[in-house]
Amino acid sequence: MDWHQIWDIVSTPDNIPIVALFFLVPFYTWYAFRQGRANDRLIAQLEADPEAAKTHHRKTLPFKEGWTREVHVWPYLLRIEFLAAIIVTVILMVWSITLNAPLEEPANPNLTMNPAKAPWYFLGLQEMLVYFDPWMAGVVLPSLILVGLAAIPFMDENPLGSGYYTLKQRKWSITAFCFGFMVLWLAMIFIGTFIRGPGWMWFWPGQTWDHSRVIFEVNRDLPDLFHITSAWGKGIFGAVVVAAYYGIAGWLLHKVIARKGFNQRIYKRMSMLQYLIMQFFLITMLLLPLKMIIRHAFRIKYIWITPWFNI
Amino acid sequence: MADEKQNGKGGLIGVLEKVKGDTKDLKNRALDEIQSYKDVDKTQLYKSVFRVKHDESQRSRALGILTNVFLHLHPAKINRDAVRYSYTWGMGGISFYLFVVLTFTGVLLMFYYHPTKGQAYRDIMYLEADVPFGTLLRNMHRWAAHLMVITVWLHMFRVFLTGSYKKPREFNWVVGVVLMLLTLLLSFTGYLLPDDQLGFWAVTVGTTMAMNTPLLGYAGPFGAQLGMNQFNDVRFALLGGSIVDANALLRSYIWHCIGIPILISIFMAVHFWRVRKDGGISGPSPVMLESEIKELKRGAVVAPMKSGGR
Repeated sequence: MDWHQIWDIVSTPDNIPIVALFFLVPFYTWYAFRQGRANDRLIAQLEADPEAAKTHHRKTLPFKEGWTREVHVWPYLLRIEFLAAIIVTVILMVWSITLNAPLEEPANPNLTMNPAKAPWYFLGLQEMLVYFDPWMAGVVLPSLILVGLAAIPFMDENPLGSGYYTLKQRKWSITAFCFGFMVLWLAMIFIGTFIRGPGWMWFWPGQTWDHSRVIFEVNRDLPDLFHITSAWGKGIFGAVVVAAYYGIAGWLLHKVIARKGFNQRIYKRMSMLQYLIMQFFLITMLLLPLKMIIRHAFRIKYIWITPWFNI
Repeated sequence: MADEKQNGKGGLIGVLEKVKGDTKDLKNRALDEIQSYKDVDKTQLYKSVFRVKHDESQRSRALGILTNVFLHLHPAKINRDAVRYSYTWGMGGISFYLFVVLTFTGVLLMFYYHPTKGQAYRDIMYLEADVPFGTLLRNMHRWAAHLMVITVWLHMFRVFLTGSYKKPREFNWVVGVVLMLLTLLLSFTGYLLPDDQLGFWAVTVGTTMAMNTPLLGYAGPFGAQLGMNQFNDVRFALLGGSIVDANALLRSYIWHCIGIPILISIFMAVHFWRVRKDGGISGPSPVMLESEIKELKRGAVVAPMKSGGR
């Protein structure tokens, strides 16, 4: 166990945000889920008792009959904002006094950094480079992430859970978002920071970063397993496999989505276009874990090989 | 003659008396005036700047917000529960505050920085070694940038978990996604500026992606078929050359200090405006029950799907 190596990575000033996220994200997730559960209990209670539902103020927050519904921004909000600004300033000051921003040697095109890492917030994309070619990992998938995020409000037809924390009323969307945010984005960043060493090789935490390490890794392409050798054959075979993946994954997702009562109700509210777009984004999202599995378990690199691009 | 003499003498005394009297008057007036300045908020100067009273009346509190250019993005009153930290986590406001901190420290940094090869790195050395509080300035800029990325993500996470992107706030969510992208780009364009190994290789890795853009990059799918080469593709446009060099440094600098800040300011203005126009922040609102869902009335344009699952 090389504690020194761990400390080297953790204490690198530029990695502080990732270490901070390690605590912040679980904390805020817990904070939100706790409120969500409290609201869920209230919802269950009100669903069971329609009479109470008519008169209840419907919040889990403190409530008294005579309270005004609104308060003045000055001072009730501005003092909080002012306090927040002061606290953030203090944090920044302490952080800036104790830790120096990194400054490496002057830029030198003849001396490649190893490992050459992107800024920490793009390490997820760099990690994706292991599983996809640069045009996918660096351009197409990031664009799809942005478009997919922007499309969320137009795909989510569930009218419940607007303006309050809840888990039960939005199981599906919260699961999907948390999977994307925590597993596909943050976990990839953690891997990129803590696991990937020289040559972008996999080093377990505590393993020394060996710069002369060589990994004997023979990757195969999926068509090779079926002894397909012609370019045409590979192209057509890949297209069929990818199409089949989208078909099967879509069908399985459809089973999960439209199986239960409430989901089915929301599903019926969606237009064909909304549903197909949602399916497309979900299936594409699952492409990453799928490629990770077939890469690590079966050493398969490409599924679809054409003269112009490989997936 | 005597009359004249009397007059003359009386004149002198009279003048003296008069001056004395006038002086006393002036003194009293000055004292009165000084007294009146003690009520600062009654002076013309004060009233020209602050146009409303700052007492504890409801009206003054509301006007204090509404007539102040920096505060008028707030409504005069908000939902009593909306000030709770447990709901908003304050991440949107903190992100904005960090943007202000970054602008402030960024402007100060610009005084010491030349975006030219050779000079840029030396400027950072100079900043760290010789400029008073230079290290602190640079550290604050960098850590505030990192922190802003975190707070923007957490803000997005909170907005998602509270379902705040739902009607009528869909468009503001889209604006928010653009703001997040611009935040990341701001941070990324700043990465190259110290002109050290870290920035150089990060940007080299980053722009290699651009080289692989489908259609628009010469190494990307169908790029070569569309006539892309090293000197006309999208990477060339980003770097101002085919390698990360002086032009890339300058372009990065311009995007970082002028281009993206202008863009992000525009989007921020829209974002904040829309928060107000879409009815303030989304909650905490009363919970809604499943039994209260209203069935959707669809226009002729979109037909709901008939079949239930399976």
